[in-house]
Amino acid sequence: MSELPVNIAQITCGAEYSGIQNEIAMAAETVGGQMFYPDVALKDVKRAYKDFGLLVKSPDLKLAIARAHAVVEGRIEADGIFIASCFRCAEAAIVRTELRRYIVENSRIPVVSYSFNERTGSSTLLTRLEALTTIARRRNLMARRVQVGITMGVDSGSSTTKCIIMQDNEIIGTGWRPTTEVIKSTDEVVALALEESGLKLSDIEAIGTTGYGRFLIGKHMNADLVQEELTVNSKGAVYLANAQKGFATVIDIGGMDNKAISVNDGIPSSFTMGGICAGASGRFLEMTAKRLDVDITELGALSMKSEGGEDVPMNSYCIVFGTQSLVNALAAGYKREDVAAAACHSVAQQVYEQQLQEVEIKEPVIMVGGSSLIQGLVRAMGRMLNTEVVVPHHSQYIGATGGALLGSGFIDKKKEE
Amino acid sequence: MAKVFIYPATSLILSDLVARFGHQPLGSAISIREHIQTSGFDSPPIQMTSEDPQKGLKWAAVEVPSGIRGRLSLYGPLVEEAEAAIIIDEPDLAFGCMGCERTNELLCFMLREKDIPRLELNYPTSREEGVTFVAAIKEFLVDLGGEYE
Repeated sequence: MSELPVNIAQITCGAEYSGIQNEIAMAAETVGGQMFYPDVALKDVKRAYKDFGLLVKSPDLKLAIARAHAVVEGRIEADGIFIASCFRCAEAAIVRTELRRYIVENSRIPVVSYSFNERTGSSTLLTRLEALTTIARRRNLMARRVQVGITMGVDSGSSTTKCIIMQDNEIIGTGWRPTTEVIKSTDEVVALALEESGLKLSDIEAIGTTGYGRFLIGKHMNADLVQEELTVNSKGAVYLANAQKGFATVIDIGGMDNKAISVNDGIPSSFTMGGICAGASGRFLEMTAKRLDVDITELGALSMKSEGGEDVPMNSYCIVFGTQSLVNALAAGYKREDVAAAACHSVAQQVYEQQLQEVEIKEPVIMVGGSSLIQGLVRAMGRMLNTEVVVPHHSQYIGATGGALLGSGFIDKKKEE
Repeated sequence: MAKVFIYPATSLILSDLVARFGHQPLGSAISIREHIQTSGFDSPPIQMTSEDPQKGLKWAAVEVPSGIRGRLSLYGPLVEEAEAAIIIDEPDLAFGCMGCERTNELLCFMLREKDIPRLELNYPTSREEGVTFVAAIKEFLVDLGGEYE
């Protein structure tokens, strides 16, 4: 029997006029969701936005407030909420942020917020809506806190491919390789992890895949769980950081995009994903390492020799300007370690400005992904947020760990079959 | 007969008043109807595609949010076509509602910039104001050469 669609309340301003409504609907449909506009009466609009207290001028934003009210108060049922507005609209950005906060504080309904333009396609929205439907549909699976049996998780990321093998809640095998050809890189990391664990592929009882290449490798490996990285990574992060109960914030500065996820009892409550450009991502740090003639694995140690590099002019908002800043800083005579630290500071600043404004930041703040091994970046983020950032063991493997952990939920199901 | 741009463009009351005096109301009904009736698109509910905000670049720069440019692709051509305009300031949502305030500001500015007869009124808040409001619109439409049908 096919599953019922996940009903996602669409609370947006400008989507229809940006010509992307069909993209939203298509993305939702692909992941088993169904968008709907919460129906509210005119009197509800007038009352709700006054009650909310944010006296905006745009009628569509008043309507958005009324729709959020109706869903949070339970007058309209929804499994998830998608809040979005036009990129570069200040009035809508204020409403979007406040509504997201209001929903998270007053309900258990998962919410994703996003800003779009006319070029936003269904593929961009897919991962976000997939995460939303997963949280709504697979709460039981997401609630898993202990790994059982022998399971494997594979994370096919934009920069690197990772594999983890777990047995009885312990990591017993790891594999890591730069992503070249998706399947070839996967086969390599699987072989490495199997070798380390001393197991054969036939010993694996369940497999979970995640990352950009999840569908391809999921099919290749006949995986039991093929899941987007927002939910899998957050699960892996809180598991490894031993923060599965209560609130946590997960920050993953990836090779191609960044993710910031608010987690409550191990389940994401709100999240954002994206990057204005490669400037504010791990890719800029790779570039920095190359320009400073160090391996990316040494960039962290180099940056820690500096006090922080805040006085070095650096702009990683765009990778082109960022590179210009790097060249200028070195030409101006700044030390390599200060430039390395400045690059870390700049990336942290961009993530703080672009992503962390879209989620609730609650301690512990957990940094994961390959970039979490760059100490200068972790230090910069900690200073920015004025908190001690937690980097769990195997932090570069959180996606694969999340896949192995959640994958173990399929063992009993398979035995029953 | 004059082509009269109505603001709010979604106001059925204004549209009806203008038509009753033999003029052609220019508003959402025309622009959105054209979109919905164009075959070949499948982008409900109003059949706009990502090309529409690009068309809006004629009236607003690229840094203006896409939703505003998309709306301008609907209303910009009508403003250019308009021979007269009626603008109702601070209308009640029930009278006619246009979703984006920034678009509304720009549209009204474009109408004010245009050298055409223009009637600008505050939305009435009492019965007496309502009577004066309708009378003013009637007088404006008659001055444009219209006759009550």
